[in-house]
Amino acid sequence: MTPTTKNAKKKRNEFVYFALRNTKLKVGAVVVITFLIVAMLGTLFTEFEPREYVGPMSEAPSSEYWFGTTFFGQDVFTQFVVGLRATFMVGAIGGGLATLIGMLIGFVAGYRGGAVDESLNVVTNIVLVVPSFAILIIIAAYLEVRGLMMESIFIGLTAWPWTARAIRAQTLSLKSREFVDMARISGMKPMRIIFTEIAPNMMSYLVMAFILQFGGSILIAATLDFIGLGPTTGISLGLMMQNAVNWGALQLGLWWWFIPPGAAIAAIVGALYIMNVGLDEVFNPKLREM
Amino acid sequence: MRRYFGRKLLIYLVTFFLAVTIDWMIPRFMPGNPVQNMLARASVRPEAAEAMYGYYTKAFGLDVPVWKQYLNFWVALFHGDLGTSVYLFPQPVSKVLRESIPYDIFLLLPAILLSWWAGNKFGAFAARTKRLDNTLLPIGYILTATPYMWLGILLAWAFGVVFDIFPIAGAYSFSMQPHWSWAFVWDVLKHWFLPFASLFLVGFGGWAIGMRNMIIYELEADYSHYMEALGAPRKLVRKYAFRNAILPQVTGLALQLGVIVAGALVTEVVFSYPGIGYLLLAAIQNQDYFLIQGCFLFIITGVLLANFLIDIVYVIVDPRIRRGMVGE
Amino acid sequence: MSLRVEDLTVYYQTLRGDVRALESASFAMADGEIMGLAGESGCGKTTLSTSLILLVPPMKQMGGRVLLDDDELPISDVEAMNAYRFKEVSVIPQYAMNAMNPTRKIGRMASELLKSRGVDPKKALPELERRLDLVELNRKVLKMYPIELSGGMKQRMVMVLSTLMNPSLLLADEITSALDVSTQKAVARMLVEFRDREIVKSVIVITHDMSILYQIADTILIMYAGQLAEKASTKTIIHAPRHPYTKLLISSLPKVGAHHDESRLVGIPGKPPLLLDPPEGCRFRERCPEAHEACVKVPPFIEIELGHQVACWKVGGPHA
Repeated sequence: MTPTTKNAKKKRNEFVYFALRNTKLKVGAVVVITFLIVAMLGTLFTEFEPREYVGPMSEAPSSEYWFGTTFFGQDVFTQFVVGLRATFMVGAIGGGLATLIGMLIGFVAGYRGGAVDESLNVVTNIVLVVPSFAILIIIAAYLEVRGLMMESIFIGLTAWPWTARAIRAQTLSLKSREFVDMARISGMKPMRIIFTEIAPNMMSYLVMAFILQFGGSILIAATLDFIGLGPTTGISLGLMMQNAVNWGALQLGLWWWFIPPGAAIAAIVGALYIMNVGLDEVFNPKLREM
Repeated sequence: MRRYFGRKLLIYLVTFFLAVTIDWMIPRFMPGNPVQNMLARASVRPEAAEAMYGYYTKAFGLDVPVWKQYLNFWVALFHGDLGTSVYLFPQPVSKVLRESIPYDIFLLLPAILLSWWAGNKFGAFAARTKRLDNTLLPIGYILTATPYMWLGILLAWAFGVVFDIFPIAGAYSFSMQPHWSWAFVWDVLKHWFLPFASLFLVGFGGWAIGMRNMIIYELEADYSHYMEALGAPRKLVRKYAFRNAILPQVTGLALQLGVIVAGALVTEVVFSYPGIGYLLLAAIQNQDYFLIQGCFLFIITGVLLANFLIDIVYVIVDPRIRRGMVGE
Repeated sequence: MSLRVEDLTVYYQTLRGDVRALESASFAMADGEIMGLAGESGCGKTTLSTSLILLVPPMKQMGGRVLLDDDELPISDVEAMNAYRFKEVSVIPQYAMNAMNPTRKIGRMASELLKSRGVDPKKALPELERRLDLVELNRKVLKMYPIELSGGMKQRMVMVLSTLMNPSLLLADEITSALDVSTQKAVARMLVEFRDREIVKSVIVITHDMSILYQIADTILIMYAGQLAEKASTKTIIHAPRHPYTKLLISSLPKVGAHHDESRLVGIPGKPPLLLDPPEGCRFRERCPEAHEACVKVPPFIEIELGHQVACWKVGGPHA
């Protein structure tokens, strides 16, 4: 074992130690995991289809319809569980893609420097100032058929710039470190240096960037779905809210229809953000409370 | 400093150019004939449809070569010609937009500025004050994680339906005509309040958290420790930390603009508030391509202009750029 | 005696236990003394100096006391200590390059700082300008932002700022390490000048650069792993050290005037013990060529001749 990897291992143990003692991290993780379990196993507790008209219209929650029924007699719980799945999908794919693109561009720009950096910087800044939401609207508006996958990919393609920026800055500061110099002198290829020397040293950063992108993608998707530009098939939490508003759930007082989807999104994304603060404290000794 | 502004301006121009190009390209390169797609869903009488078909084919300029279509698009744009709305036929898109813009400014400007100001003040105040910090953090994170429309829905339901204090649709009562009177101003403010409050609250949470995190970093910065070592009172140390922590928040405002605008769109939808968002929803539902294009261009231009304004503000508050010491 | 430190013990409290960074340190400094404080990184020299001015968590005073001009310093009381900071004890921190607020003009920062300490900045201005002349800084720097100054200029500016209230004791932490050689010399010379003009009464210079100490220090205090090893006049430390660690430290320098690698001493096998759970007795004994059974007990820091103290069983005692 080289001294660097040995050191890294010791450090990792220290992180685990602090992670297990961080309340923010623990609370956030419990909330996210609970919703994830509901999303994965929830359909076992319902025999309905999300869009199926199954029962009495506009009924309040009961033992039979846990979250009540919609204006049309659809089961809200079924919609909620299936919608949660879509939410996690968008977060994972959209957030993952955004992090991946951000990483690639950030690493290359930061490591290569010079003209490559300049031009990638211009691209990043352009995508950064364009309200990506407007772009998504105009693309989605012209597509006749839209799927969940496509939505996630579009979100990922527009959400990466700030990650790229942050990773570029980190790469710049790591680039001049001794161990990177050693790798360079020993003739390692740039891509290998990036992935074996630089990336592992900012793992904490990458994890945190992914968490933020995950939450951000969920919010963007919910907003798109709400104005009717989400997937044209299936159900999502944003779509549930749109239906509720469109069919007068507010005026009729059908609170069980519009509260669960929004509450779930706020809870998941909020928990992700709080996890992120917790992680920041774990990785950054200065922020730890003594 | 000239270099700084030069760079920024270049980026904005390129962005604008690309946005217009996308705006032009998308309807043309999507599968199918855009005019037919559009009119197929517009509910008009057959004979009117035929006239409109002829008109829109010409308006899209599909009868000339592609490069000329593109050029014509730019020329029309500079003449303020954004085409004619389908759903509000025969009103020109530019006129429809002009009628909506005041509502957006009225809603967005106070919501953005007040939430930024109040959030920063509160975040700085709460940081390192144990009890406040412990309550602020979770509330702030939940607020900033709340989908805009959901907070709008909740507020509308609670204050508009359950307690029945505020109206929840439109910019003023249907029974009123716009005119200058206290009754009308009061009515407008009542309609404005809930959409404003939902935009304000989500923003407030985000800025408060951002400031709290920033100021904790700044209080751990070397210059803060130096002042402490020289016995400077806590108040002065915090004042300096705030001054530096506010800088990334200014940049943050520019970065958040897109998200805030998106939030405003859906908030307007929830409250049927007649701004661009409400218009855009109608345009989407009616497949009114010209109106969608117009809204898109308006949003992009607005965000770019606001970005440029923030850049100017940044130069005023950060001496380092003013003195030409750092590029960005 | 200007400064008297008695049995000062300071630990860092961490979740894994106490890091015993400074163990019963006792020494004294005379009026006008410039004392060099040297040792490997992590030996406790910065802990010692920091605890004299800003002892905040996770640092904790476990015992001992500090007297400055016969007045006990309330070093553990963050609030009460404020009365002494800047006026009696001041610091040129290790991070002098970043010590000034980047978004305030230096002059404005100086006056806000003075005002907060009850001094009228207008009345202090002439003196401030004289001091700038003394360190050869243009008076225009007061109208500039820190970022507009070079490293050497910042170092000198912080030197002027820190000493504006004529403190009795000045702690200068690694003031030359970020500078090039010629600037190092100039800054060191100015520090001596500040002492000669009685702007400051005594100075502790913390460094790992022995050549600077040789140039400016009257005495040198050597530390190892949180314990004091030896204190004597600069000449004695360089030419006739008695503690085995000092001997190795001095001999490992190629010659006086050269840097030595801070992280590790080439000439001494092994590395310093971890201070989370340090060995009993003399902490140098595992690397010490002269170690014997007595070393499992902590050797006292005793005066073997006038102004020469050593903590070693081999050196102290009657048959030394």
